[in-house]
Amino acid sequence: MAAFCVAASELLHNMKQISGFYPKASCVIRRIRTTNPRCDSQIQPRAKSTPQQLVGVVGLEIHAQINSSTKLFSGSSVRFSAPPNSLVSFFDASLPGTLPVLNRRCVEAAVMTGLALNCNINRKSLFDRKHYFYADLPAGYQITQQRQPVAVDGTLTYSLLEGKKRSQVIRKNVHIKQIQLEQDSGKSLHDDVHSQTLIDLNRAGVGLMELVMEPDMSCGEEAAAAVRELQLILQALGTCQGNMSEGQLRVDANVSVHRPGEPLGVRTEVKNINSVRYLARAIDYEIQRQIGILQRGGTVQNETRAYDSKSGETIPMRDKEGLQDYRFMPEPNLPPLIVYEDNASLPAGIDACQAVVVQKIKEGLPELPSIKRDRLVQTYGILPEHSFTLVNEDGLVEYFEAVLMATKKEPRKVIGWVTNELLGHLKQQDLSVSQSPISPPALAELLELQETGHISSSVAKQVFQKMWRSPGKTAAQITQEHDLGLVSDTAQLHSICQKVVDSHPDEVHAIRNGNKKVLNKLMGLVQKETKGRADPVLVRKILQEKTS
Amino acid sequence: MLGLFFLGVSLALREGRISPTELCKKCLNRIKKTQHLNAYITVTEESALKQAQQSEVRLLKGVPKGPLDGIPFAVKDNFCTKNIKTTCASKMLKDYTPPYNATVVQKLLDQGAVLMGKANLDEFAMGAGCTDGAFGPVKNPWSYAAPYREQTGAMLESDWAITGGSSGGSAAAVASLTSYLALGSDTGGSTRNPGALCGVVALKPTYGLLSRHGLIPLVNSMDVPGIMARSVNDAAIVLGILQGLDVRDSTTVPAPSPLTELPQDFDVKNICVGIPKEYHAPGLSEETLAQWSRVADLFERAGAQVKQVSLPHTQYSIVCYHVLCHAEVASNMARFDGLEYGHRSQIDSSTEVMYASTRHEGFNDVVRGRILSGNYFLLKQNYQHYFVKAQKVRRLIADDFRNVFGSGVDVLLTPTTLSDAACYQDFTQEDNRTRSAQEDVFTQPANMAGLPAVSVPTALSRRGLPIGLQLIGPALHDKKLLSVAQWIEQRVGFPSISDWDYSRESRNDTAVTKREQTSAV
Repeated sequence: MAAFCVAASELLHNMKQISGFYPKASCVIRRIRTTNPRCDSQIQPRAKSTPQQLVGVVGLEIHAQINSSTKLFSGSSVRFSAPPNSLVSFFDASLPGTLPVLNRRCVEAAVMTGLALNCNINRKSLFDRKHYFYADLPAGYQITQQRQPVAVDGTLTYSLLEGKKRSQVIRKNVHIKQIQLEQDSGKSLHDDVHSQTLIDLNRAGVGLMELVMEPDMSCGEEAAAAVRELQLILQALGTCQGNMSEGQLRVDANVSVHRPGEPLGVRTEVKNINSVRYLARAIDYEIQRQIGILQRGGTVQNETRAYDSKSGETIPMRDKEGLQDYRFMPEPNLPPLIVYEDNASLPAGIDACQAVVVQKIKEGLPELPSIKRDRLVQTYGILPEHSFTLVNEDGLVEYFEAVLMATKKEPRKVIGWVTNELLGHLKQQDLSVSQSPISPPALAELLELQETGHISSSVAKQVFQKMWRSPGKTAAQITQEHDLGLVSDTAQLHSICQKVVDSHPDEVHAIRNGNKKVLNKLMGLVQKETKGRADPVLVRKILQEKTS
Repeated sequence: MLGLFFLGVSLALREGRISPTELCKKCLNRIKKTQHLNAYITVTEESALKQAQQSEVRLLKGVPKGPLDGIPFAVKDNFCTKNIKTTCASKMLKDYTPPYNATVVQKLLDQGAVLMGKANLDEFAMGAGCTDGAFGPVKNPWSYAAPYREQTGAMLESDWAITGGSSGGSAAAVASLTSYLALGSDTGGSTRNPGALCGVVALKPTYGLLSRHGLIPLVNSMDVPGIMARSVNDAAIVLGILQGLDVRDSTTVPAPSPLTELPQDFDVKNICVGIPKEYHAPGLSEETLAQWSRVADLFERAGAQVKQVSLPHTQYSIVCYHVLCHAEVASNMARFDGLEYGHRSQIDSSTEVMYASTRHEGFNDVVRGRILSGNYFLLKQNYQHYFVKAQKVRRLIADDFRNVFGSGVDVLLTPTTLSDAACYQDFTQEDNRTRSAQEDVFTQPANMAGLPAVSVPTALSRRGLPIGLQLIGPALHDKKLLSVAQWIEQRVGFPSISDWDYSRESRNDTAVTKREQTSAV
């Protein structure tokens, strides 16, 4: 992981953007859509033998911060936004004489992630030192796994939603070359005003999984979908929190263009991408930039570029390092990392609690997002795109299923309430599912009132609003307080209907002349009188009687 | 009292014949008298007296922590000591005070041993003479004793001999009777070499048996804390205290057995002593060769089987050692950039310029040279050709030892050094690299293979300087190795330096005790 940094002013600027975008960011993620659907236009020509167009080739290098309470090789805590240099052990500061001690939890996280991505888990993996001088790398080297990483040769399956209503699910695969364990670096903060650099070592030594995705993708949308799927998998596993804006998931894209069938073109590496949406934009920009260069007869430079989210462009990064030779060598202070297949393969004298056992981790694997989506579609008969919406939002599946438990309403009728009403309200106020003021049983009660004919569907939506604003009150309470219950008192309805009929002679005349549609207008007027509470079946019957 | 083995002193302390404070003061006094040796970089007088007092309280109550309670010891200045400067004899760390104790230091302190000070060394332990440190060379105490002065006719101050290195300060501290034991470090022979040249017992335990946590590394894959003592039994007791698993060092292994005192009547009848023919190397002095033969004969006469063996890859060991050593040095030294700790250059027009000037000012030529060559060996284009090849040769060297020990050999008997200690002026004629290559020739193969080895002083040379022999054993057979070493010790009759007064003040006294010295040949 080559270090790079941005000037403090730039950093601050980015941070503002992050906070500005954050509430909306997850909305956007739900439907990854690039401004220009280049993917489609690129894929199609492959089948035809028309003069071949240049297409993009995208590979990703992803650094996922391991969700563990302590660092990879030391006992210091891991916490985002702690006071600078408050989480630094002697080892993290590279004090002479200190030695790395491998954190088993980090190994288990990497093995678990490897298993979830269908990787081969290496029974023996090795640690190496990668040398480069940088102020936030206090040892002058990073401990990583260059020769033999912990997991290799996996696949990530992700889906693209296509078609007009984005209802067509297209499955794609990307190969995972390897997952390696390595240390994070610290952070350099450049103070341009006083021309000094401040170092924060809180992050130094935090465990990272570096995932290398082969160049199997062809555009920003694919890369974004793959990363989003990875994010969901990591979150389901609990091995990484996956928040890109907090740097828990850092994605660098290797982008090149070529004509299908021809060797890959010269690639550039795009860094400084801190959201899935920017990832798609940065890649598409970069593909177009490279195509433009080639079409003008130029050549693409092998270089590192940074994505500027403000302009939407990639710009060359000052290549401080030039041709960097990392002078890799084996880390002599760590014995080979051995993981065992099962308890039976543990050698004598090894404590099963201290060892990393693949079988045990396999058994503990949670339901992965793709399995969950298939199950939701099959079990509840909902549309695939709804399953994506449910799974994309942390806790929404559980919410949905909890509502279903407490209501007899059909899942297909419940899904709209969850993905539209609930999620819409949550997004508007930037709340997570767990922060919803309406609990699943409360929503179920509301739906039950509607299902059993106590309230109409339009009233149900009013009640939902009121429940949102006054948490703790039940749907029944609100219905009663505001007198929203369906009016089925025939005498009362007769009187209201009579009033409407009496005051609208023209409409009544029209109906009697055969224009039955006008009856709906009268019905609307009755509902207006009753604030939508009148039983529509009854009202229609009465009005028909009175206008016949 | 100062000339005793520490076990003897330990008994005296418990019987109240001397108090820890008195003993500590005697040693501090002796340190002052032998200041010209330059054995210590830092003398921790104040804390030593405090520790001695605490020990005294325990001893008076009759609850000593163990045999080391109240015993003065010295620590090579590349082991971290909490709140005590740890310099590695380098400008880079001349004002560096670590916030923690190395595991081995902590274990000795936990036993109630009294830390007298931090012993001098070659800068970052890179050297074989203890002549290349930022605080000046260490002088061999034996070159101030009567036999040397008389035999060589040395009159001038400049005629002193080197201690060997890199743990020369530790060896001089034990040899000059200012500490009963000392910690050294041994990467290619850095404990055994000065041990042999200063006439003290010097043990390099099996790699991984002692924790390296807190030892500022030279070559992580070869570094072992070394033990220097006045007798083999002393070394064994210290080994018993220091050995074993340390959670802070993932390369440590559990101790094969608790080690206390050695059997006093070890029988060598059933052991097989191997004499590796490759150690009959060019440059081996006639006198050292004679000692080697003498001890081999002792074994044979006692009924042991003595046979010539071959370690065919030994000849490549030193070259291979240098490649691996320099590569790890280049890596380990990368952290000294002046940012977090240590020397920081005033020249700071940019971060890169500051790094460069900090490292140029902070490291001596030897260290910088090794960093340069080490980085060269690690370059992508050179890695296979140098580093990987050296690792393969290292494996072959280890296999040589395995084959020999597998064929029934219990220990190997070899010289520790080519000859007795050189005179400083002669020694410094050659550069550090050449000297290291010469001086480590017999010692570094054991580091390459991670094997235990011990140097035992056997005799004084014609020049009146010590000669030592080395025993090498199979991994984790440290106790057996020491038992054999003690058997030698019991028979060679190596004299104690306390038989002569050697401190500077009394050197000109007319009443220098004359004694018949053990003939070297």
